Amino acid sequence: MIPEIGHYALILALCVAVVQGSLPIYGAAVGNASLMAVAKPAARGQFLLVLLAFCCLGYAFAEKDFSVLYVAATSNSQLPLHYRLAAIWGAHEGSLLLWMFILSIWMVAVSFFSTQLPEAMRARILGVMGLVSVGFLLFMLTVSNPFERLIPAALDGRDLNPLLQDPGMVIHPPMLYMGYVGFSVAFSFAIAALLGGTLDAAWARWSRPWTTVAWCFMTVGVAMGSGWAYYELGWGGWWFWDPVENASFMPWLAGTALMHSLAVTDKRGGFKAWSVLLAIMAFSLSLLGTFLVRSGVLTSVHAFATDPKRGLFILVFLAVVIGGSLVLFAWRAPRVGLGGGFAMISREGMLLANNVLLVAALGSVLLGTLYPLFLDALDLGKISVGPPYFDTVFLPLMTPAIFLMGIGPLAQWKQASLPALAIRLRWAFGVSLATAVAVPWLMGQWTPLISLGLLLAFWILATILVDLRERLLHAEGGSIGGRVVALPRAYWGMVLAHCGVAVFILGVTMVKGFEVEQDVRMNVGETATIGGYTFRFDGTQQVNGPNYVAARGTFHVSQDGREVTVMYPEKRRYFVQNQTMTEAAISPGLLRDLYVSLGEPIEGGAWSVRLYHKPFIDWIWGGCLVMALGGVLAVSDRRYRLAWRRKEAAVPPATQMARQTVS
Amino acid sequence: MLLLPSLATANEAQPLAANPQVEARLKLLAVELRCLVCQNQTLADSNAPLAEDLRREVREMIAKDMSDKEIIDFLVTRYGDFVLYRPPWKATTTLLWLGPFLLLGAGATGLVFALRRRQKKLTDVTLSEAEHNRVEKLLSEGSNRL
Amino acid sequence: MSRFLIPFGIFIVVVGFLAVGLTLNPRELPSPLVGKAAPDFSLPQLHDPGKVISSSDLKGKVWLLNFWASWCGGCKDEHPVLIHLAQSGEVPIYGMDYKDQRNEALAWLKEWGNPYSIVAVDEPGRVGINYGVYGVPETYVIDKAGVIRYKQIGPLREDILEKKILPLVRDLQNQ
Repeated sequence: MIPEIGHYALILALCVAVVQGSLPIYGAAVGNASLMAVAKPAARGQFLLVLLAFCCLGYAFAEKDFSVLYVAATSNSQLPLHYRLAAIWGAHEGSLLLWMFILSIWMVAVSFFSTQLPEAMRARILGVMGLVSVGFLLFMLTVSNPFERLIPAALDGRDLNPLLQDPGMVIHPPMLYMGYVGFSVAFSFAIAALLGGTLDAAWARWSRPWTTVAWCFMTVGVAMGSGWAYYELGWGGWWFWDPVENASFMPWLAGTALMHSLAVTDKRGGFKAWSVLLAIMAFSLSLLGTFLVRSGVLTSVHAFATDPKRGLFILVFLAVVIGGSLVLFAWRAPRVGLGGGFAMISREGMLLANNVLLVAALGSVLLGTLYPLFLDALDLGKISVGPPYFDTVFLPLMTPAIFLMGIGPLAQWKQASLPALAIRLRWAFGVSLATAVAVPWLMGQWTPLISLGLLLAFWILATILVDLRERLLHAEGGSIGGRVVALPRAYWGMVLAHCGVAVFILGVTMVKGFEVEQDVRMNVGETATIGGYTFRFDGTQQVNGPNYVAARGTFHVSQDGREVTVMYPEKRRYFVQNQTMTEAAISPGLLRDLYVSLGEPIEGGAWSVRLYHKPFIDWIWGGCLVMALGGVLAVSDRRYRLAWRRKEAAVPPATQMARQTVS
Repeated sequence: MLLLPSLATANEAQPLAANPQVEARLKLLAVELRCLVCQNQTLADSNAPLAEDLRREVREMIAKDMSDKEIIDFLVTRYGDFVLYRPPWKATTTLLWLGPFLLLGAGATGLVFALRRRQKKLTDVTLSEAEHNRVEKLLSEGSNRL
Repeated sequence: MSRFLIPFGIFIVVVGFLAVGLTLNPRELPSPLVGKAAPDFSLPQLHDPGKVISSSDLKGKVWLLNFWASWCGGCKDEHPVLIHLAQSGEVPIYGMDYKDQRNEALAWLKEWGNPYSIVAVDEPGRVGINYGVYGVPETYVIDKAGVIRYKQIGPLREDILEKKILPLVRDLQNQ
């Protein structure tokens, strides 16, 4: 009964979505206020219906209802409750429901937090989001129904893939989807602006917070995916340039470019066409990611079970949504007009260069990801494009962008002088260069790449310090504390986010430059040393989990004779799918991670063991977290907080009347 | 750190590999090769039986002093370019390897042209005397705002 | 106006490729050995370990080389097709028992029937590697000169046999 309620709720949601996607947009085109007013209640109604459907599916999982096909395929009676609930998004159909649920959350958020927007704009935004949800609901109801029944019911389920039975599974997909779907808001803002024909600084000011919040979630989502792969997959890697990883990275790159472009549109009225195009691109890449994971067109660890019908549906949806938006863009963007002029050497010029570099980087990732498909489609053979390609190509593209990150904030708007900038920055450059050369030399290992990484990271930090010093010197407020407070939060957000990038680069450079690995065969009582730490293997014992049995090893770790920690890697066998899995033991630290993974048992109680010493690896994800915090700080700037508090009555009565007479 | 004195050698674990040098070279090669069974893992990381067999073959080739190129050719003859994670430089992959830089080049060129056009627009605007005075007045009022 | 259409243009090209991509299988690996000489092998026979079967023995006739194993599920699926083909006598099928145990292979053939003229034993899997085998079952069509003409990846099906393999075999036999 409950699954049927959920199914019916989705059908109702589709009807509401159709209404939401058509009436408000039409209303905005002809100026009909009552049609436009349909948008808000429709969005809220959709949220409630999708929430109901989501809860029904959750209930089916919680109650182990194996008469629902999806529950039978992804759950099991021995699966603990929290994983049963996480299994809602464990496979294709349910993850689409999660997508839809998160879309409805964003829609309802837009309906609440958009009081300062003109009615027509809000109607169009919610209308476009309604159209997107029509696509997803239709997809679910036709070829991917999570509520499909299995008659007769299965005795027990096939269980969730053991790799997914992990806390990361509970948080990573929702975070990531909040980002993916969040870009639909920026997209809707862009389409609304194109439809309405007006694209100005005010539009940018309204879109910015939405874009930034989506970007924050995306940053956290991608970082979590990487962190999860690191500790779950057992071989110490954290980024593989896998097609699905790329599918989440490309929207992030587009989103980053978009945020920077919107800053210019907001402050200077420029980059309008860029901002709109980037907003369309960011969401298009999210949709493309959805397609790549579910269509079977590329092989990936993440790929859901595929079905050509599903792939075709998404492709058609993709073609309609993105194709339509790009045609709209080609038609309306020329009329949008250019902003104020600026010189080549200016903050705008550098941000424009930043846009170009990020789009080039994004394009390369896309090229590398799709190239095997291109060649295969043209019958030119099968190739693989993997980390060696991406690493070679990505670095030269990002290096200039990071270099600009240091100069941009110091350059004046409209026109800046290169010699003057050079003088202001010479100290920063000198210090970064010196540190970049000195540190590896002190640590005993030097390669050009290590120095480059360190140079970029220290460059960011040094230039931030130069900029801060200059601004604090010239700011009003008397004391240093007062001046710090006087600087707007948006500025501190930028500082924090850019520091996050520096931290990230430091983490990547140090780990790739200085990590060590050892494969040893360990008998009970034997020791191995790596990175200055000594590991003593003290045998394994059997441990029983809720739905698995494991051999748990005990490793006492010491440094200079003192015991530092004890680590317990496991080798688990999950009953239902009869799959063996390695659960690595990680001892995280500010300056290093220790990583132990059990290989295979050898005779006599011995095991093959892999040990890693990874310096600064947590700085990778720490840096991403700091970036996201920077974004949050920027969004909490006074400008936006005041805007939210403003009521609808802020529109002067005269304008209201004028609007009504026009319709 | 790998050369601890005899204090610990009594209990020191032995490397898994029989020959660490061969193993190190194997690792460098295997990290750029694709496992054909678990197609989303490198040959170094995969536990598939075929991967173990191929690692064994590569070890034997290294022991026979074959060069990296010879080893890679051996694998490519049998499995095609698919087995390489670093796409080879060929007619069909020129666009792949040059693409990013072409993209950047095109972007940079477009950028320079667009900025030159704007530069002209910038210098073309002239202010009248009255407008100029008004600007001065406004600037002096709001001089401390960022 | 024209430069604003560039993103749309690029997009249409990409969608075109993605649409074609839906009809392809990215996991399948066609063999680079098609059109090249079949790698030589000289292996003990399954039913008569004292005797050796060499690829050079088979020059001058068209034959099928089928890699299989008793632990392989797909091999069970294709087995009736092979039995049927062997009964028709159109083309001899030689088996390559890949990474298997001798007694298990013998038991498997006893239970499911033996379509093979001779079965060679490739226990370490080296011949498999030489042939570019990455999963079982895989079947090769080899001509009179010992050149590989076709590789079937995965289980053989009647329709593939009818449409692709038998016409090729007949053509090669007439040469």
